[in-house]
Amino acid sequence: MTLTLVGLSHHVAPVELRERVTVDLAGAARLARSLGDAVCLSTCNRTELYVDGIPDGAVLAALEELAGESLAGVAYRLHEDAAALHLFRVAAGLDSLVPGEGEILGQVRAAYESVEAGALLDHVFRQALAVGKRVRTETAIGESPASVSSAAAALAGQVFGDLTGRRVLLIGAGRIGELAASNLASRGAEIAFVANRTLETARELAHRFGGQALTLDETAARLGEVDVVVSSTSAPGPVLHASDVPAKRRTPLFFIDIAVPRDLDSEIARLDGCFLYDIDDLEAVVAETLAGRRAEAERAEELVAEEADRFRAWRASLDVVPAIASLRARAEEIRNAELAKLKGRVSDDERRTIESVTSQILNKLLHLPTIRMKEAAVSADGAAYADAVRHLFGLEDEAKS
Amino acid sequence: MTVVEALFWPALLGYGEAAVAYASARTSRAATWGVRIGWIAQTALLAVQAERADSFPWSSWAGSLNLFVWFVVGAYLIWGCRPRFRLLGLAVMPLAAALFLIARIGGGTGAGAKSGYGNLFLVLHVGFVLAAFAGFTLAAALAGLYLWEEGRLKRRAADILRLRLPPLASLERLTWRTIGVSLPLLTLGLAAGIVRQRQRGGSFDALEGVTVVTWLVYGGFLVLRPTGRRAAYLALGGFALVIVARLALAGSHFT
Repeated sequence: MTLTLVGLSHHVAPVELRERVTVDLAGAARLARSLGDAVCLSTCNRTELYVDGIPDGAVLAALEELAGESLAGVAYRLHEDAAALHLFRVAAGLDSLVPGEGEILGQVRAAYESVEAGALLDHVFRQALAVGKRVRTETAIGESPASVSSAAAALAGQVFGDLTGRRVLLIGAGRIGELAASNLASRGAEIAFVANRTLETARELAHRFGGQALTLDETAARLGEVDVVVSSTSAPGPVLHASDVPAKRRTPLFFIDIAVPRDLDSEIARLDGCFLYDIDDLEAVVAETLAGRRAEAERAEELVAEEADRFRAWRASLDVVPAIASLRARAEEIRNAELAKLKGRVSDDERRTIESVTSQILNKLLHLPTIRMKEAAVSADGAAYADAVRHLFGLEDEAKS
Repeated sequence: MTVVEALFWPALLGYGEAAVAYASARTSRAATWGVRIGWIAQTALLAVQAERADSFPWSSWAGSLNLFVWFVVGAYLIWGCRPRFRLLGLAVMPLAAALFLIARIGGGTGAGAKSGYGNLFLVLHVGFVLAAFAGFTLAAALAGLYLWEEGRLKRRAADILRLRLPPLASLERLTWRTIGVSLPLLTLGLAAGIVRQRQRGGSFDALEGVTVVTWLVYGGFLVLRPTGRRAAYLALGGFALVIVARLALAGSHFT
């Protein structure tokens, strides 16, 4: 059993090359099956083939066939512990463009479940999924937004909690405002109104979100009906003033001003129950959260290294398992042979007692050597111990025969 | 070491460990285990005290403080022991550990306490009032967190998503619910006290006066249902009265 990884990712390959080797889940499963015992992980940022006992050249050739060119200087090849460590980092989101992004764990799971992996790949992928889950549970790496629009939605969530049923007024039909609105909608908010200088443009966007189109003059009158206001017009001055905000409200009002120059009167921030974030505030929040992600990534790396050690120990224990099994089989064979000599000389009760006692003696005698061999395997002396056991108990002749 | 000692120290250690460990997100899981283990040990301690006493064992100010801490930590375990509420733990657990230690210094964690009051009356009166006060304490901690988080959102703190607290709406809702559960308990506790006072005769003391005012403040909270900062200030105002009632006046009430 030899774990090998051949692949390319956003670290080493430009998008023009990555898009040629990217395959969908069914295609990835087909590619893996065509190679043998393999799992193919293919996303927009990486295509990686994890194989057991297949030569690197054959795996690289399969990738080159997809790429339509030689990948000799681009694709990376990793073996055994290094390959496992890489997979654990991928599953934990540590190898992603945005550290800690959550989508990759689902993609690793899908790739693993799309094929019938052999024992080694099955073990390493199961462990990778556990590592990914552990990193997300024990660190806050995946909790913070990485863009201005997602930060705006996360901040609204910080005020209202669940955004389901919260009504949004979108002022300006530009791309950034639309992105912020999409982020809010993905958290359950309802884009109730879209206001724009050109009513036709407002209608188009409102139709997409299932909201109502307004002219800019109508926005102030609607403030009492919404919870979140997102503004991103190219107007030269404020489109909403503090005096436009209804004084008597029982729920907070959250304002997001993504426009430059700013659309919303800064005095709004002083009103009771009103929260106002402009583009600088949002960028500061994103910078801080990315710094937080990096700090959390260090913790995540520690967890991944721990799991890689565990994999190494498991892998090493495999070297001594055959010797342990042979030793136990040999001991059992001797015991059975000696028990056979007692046939007819002892009663059934006596025979059962002798069987039980000899079995216990055997287990106790072999317990410590078994433990010691497994421990030695981790410290790289496993092969020497296994050879010694085979030699001392004459197991090598058995193995040869 | 006596059984009581063997239960007191693990409880105090658990609460103390939680009070320190909640300071970091890395150790908050260990802190939660500290709360759980401490509370189980304190529950066992209360059980031993109840089993060894010939009457209600927590009628002294120190004994009632012991019971009060148990209620506070119990309430925290029910709806505060979550990763997002780590800072609530940081507010509640140091207080719980300190009060528990004070209860011990005052002799409230020993066994064999005697009381001149009937068990049923004390269970109803002291039990309900202390459970209500514990709820108000938790509500005050939630209100404090609300004000802090609201202030950070208002001044647009850059680390608002890095040091993440529960959303304002959740804090407000939990504060309201906690008071909603605690006020009926206070009502029952007060009613038990008033019934007994009428039966035995006795004068209306200052503690009862403060407790009635506390009841009115929290009653007003539930009736008026204020929102935002006003709700948080009112919850904290009510808690100030709880502190007055609990610490300043409790010493003379049962004498």
